[in-house]
Amino acid sequence: MPVILVPGVLRAEAGGASRLEITASGTLAAVFAEVDERWPRLARRIRDEQGAVRRYVNVYVDGEDSRRTAGLETPVTASSEIQVLPSVAGG
Amino acid sequence: MTTLLAIGTQKGLFLATSDDRRTWQVGPAQFSGTAIYTIGVDNRGSRPRLLAAVDNSHFGPSVAVSDDLGETWAEPDSAPIAFPADTGVSVERIWQIVAGEPGVIYAGSQPSALFRSTDGGRSFELVRGLWDHPHRTEWGAGFGGQAIHTILPHPTDPARVLVAMSTGGVYRTSDGGETWAPANKGIKAYFMPDPWPEFGQCVHRVARDGADPDRLYAQNHHGVYRSTDGGDSWQSIADTLPSDFGFPMVAHPSRPGVIWNFPLTADSQRHPTELRCRVFRSTDGGDKWEAQETGLPDGPYYPVVLRDAMCADDGSPAGVYFGTRAGEVFASHDEGETWTMVAAHLPDVLSVRAVSV
Repeated sequence: MPVILVPGVLRAEAGGASRLEITASGTLAAVFAEVDERWPRLARRIRDEQGAVRRYVNVYVDGEDSRRTAGLETPVTASSEIQVLPSVAGG
Repeated sequence: MTTLLAIGTQKGLFLATSDDRRTWQVGPAQFSGTAIYTIGVDNRGSRPRLLAAVDNSHFGPSVAVSDDLGETWAEPDSAPIAFPADTGVSVERIWQIVAGEPGVIYAGSQPSALFRSTDGGRSFELVRGLWDHPHRTEWGAGFGGQAIHTILPHPTDPARVLVAMSTGGVYRTSDGGETWAPANKGIKAYFMPDPWPEFGQCVHRVARDGADPDRLYAQNHHGVYRSTDGGDSWQSIADTLPSDFGFPMVAHPSRPGVIWNFPLTADSQRHPTELRCRVFRSTDGGDKWEAQETGLPDGPYYPVVLRDAMCADDGSPAGVYFGTRAGEVFASHDEGETWTMVAAHLPDVLSVRAVSV
């Protein structure tokens, strides 16, 4: 099953977990829909209320930046690794 | 009596306490690294409830609630303030949180919208009447963004609420939020082709008189005004101020006509007038203003005070507080006559709130 790698700064929102095993697959949207249900506090840090990935959050699927692939329609397989990373930004 | 001073900064919330409002103990940063654009205080219960607008630059805005004066904070699983799906927009920032009629908390957001909570601030619902206003698509955005930064519920009539936004102006409802109308007659918008438009004024802050709810005071993007008819019309009260530009406007909690602001030289020169750190007070509703600077820094002074970074407390005499973008916070226990420093070297101060606890 796909795995989400949770950055340290967000682990409190996922019960302290650094890896989340997801049952859904197919697309990144399907994975995030499951996150919405199971870890809503984590979900709203990653995406806004309209479902868009926040501007300064990057999501990599199997090492590829999902913004450069198909966004939320990026394919996710049962063996995919989804990495959530805060972007290098701030002041 | 202990006074709690909540200081929201660009990089965290600081809570200071004092038993005499002269010497202060400042706690460590909470929500470190996140901007606290405003702090709501609901002191209608047995203990004040604090509501902090927590704005994480990466992970979005939220509202955290504390019922133990900031010892612990709670956030709901779901976003407490969120636009419904059909609007197609998302909350960028929360600019104001204010206690309304009994059981109600209001919040103002960027983009300009008003939200209403009936569960103590744990969840909010969009006030559709304002969101659906036909003027909304013509509201502009100030440099800080397009946001509702002022919410003034009427103290005795729950159906009446006033809101204000930069480059949108003042709007009022008298039917509990179902319908809204602009209330900017007499407020100049010098930056528009018609300087007296129905709406579009760049209002920076509105305060309501502590004794007469129909008396309002507005600090504008050039222009300081008073209304004596609940916002039906506005008259300039800038004549005896050194400048009509600035951001905050604060009213005494109970004394009629007592107000404070912090003038800046001009839109294009955003530093204190004459480079002096001075608060200005009027005790007659703005006809005459006087500088208050005893105890404030001497010498050239450049930092500015943002619209939410000045407040008064509910003590007697009232305390007055302000914070600067240079991370300094000052307090007066005697309505501005004398000042002491509460803190220095903090991040940029975005908001302050003081309450007796």
